[in-house]
Amino acid sequence: MDKETLITQLKEIVKPYAKNEEALLNINENTDFVNDLKINSANLVDVVLDVEEQFNIVIDNESMERMLNVKSAIEIIEAKLGAQ
Amino acid sequence: MTIQEILQKLPFAPPFLFVDGLDHIDSEKVQGHFIFREDMDCYKGHFKGYPVTPGVLLTEVMAQTGLVCLGIYLLGDEVLAESMTFGLTSTEIEFLRPVFPGEKVTVYAEKVYFRFGKLKCRVTLKNEAQQDVCTGTIAGMIISKPHE
Repeated sequence: MDKETLITQLKEIVKPYAKNEEALLNINENTDFVNDLKINSANLVDVVLDVEEQFNIVIDNESMERMLNVKSAIEIIEAKLGAQ
Repeated sequence: MTIQEILQKLPFAPPFLFVDGLDHIDSEKVQGHFIFREDMDCYKGHFKGYPVTPGVLLTEVMAQTGLVCLGIYLLGDEVLAESMTFGLTSTEIEFLRPVFPGEKVTVYAEKVYFRFGKLKCRVTLKNEAQQDVCTGTIAGMIISKPHE
């Protein structure tokens, strides 16, 4: 799965929780979930659970704490998918 | 953990304790009850001359039972640091029937998930006639106390 496809899928996942529509429209590898998309910490949990469901992977506590932006989300998803 | 131990660990006290007791609890669900006493202060002003239980208090009953009681049970022996507390993070509730002074309500809460310190539950509040009073989804999280 290439990066663009992953970002497109992530965009759909974060859409219900993102408060900044402009940042959502311009989502890219450098987008930060909290600072750019204005996703609150309670909804970060929902983002992670939706990522688990979408990609059929399990995110551990350590990965959860790192998954604060598109870049690290992609790294984590790719690593988990690669390990399967 | 026994029901008595859970009630002792609740971080609420009157006039804002909205759990009288629990009827059942396991890792998936909890059932608890509360009586809205006729002498409660809220009825003096909600509404003037026509006392009805405010929706925020119905929400509070559901949150204290469905999120805090179940959360304490799910944490088990894990001790919460002094700097941590429970925070309500979202509610999506439909209010279907009024609750009048003196009525007993029963909360039925079912865990949707408990992950990364966040608990989300489907909850329904019923009156003594077993009619749905309100129903929806609520979520809360273990958070650090903001002012500390």
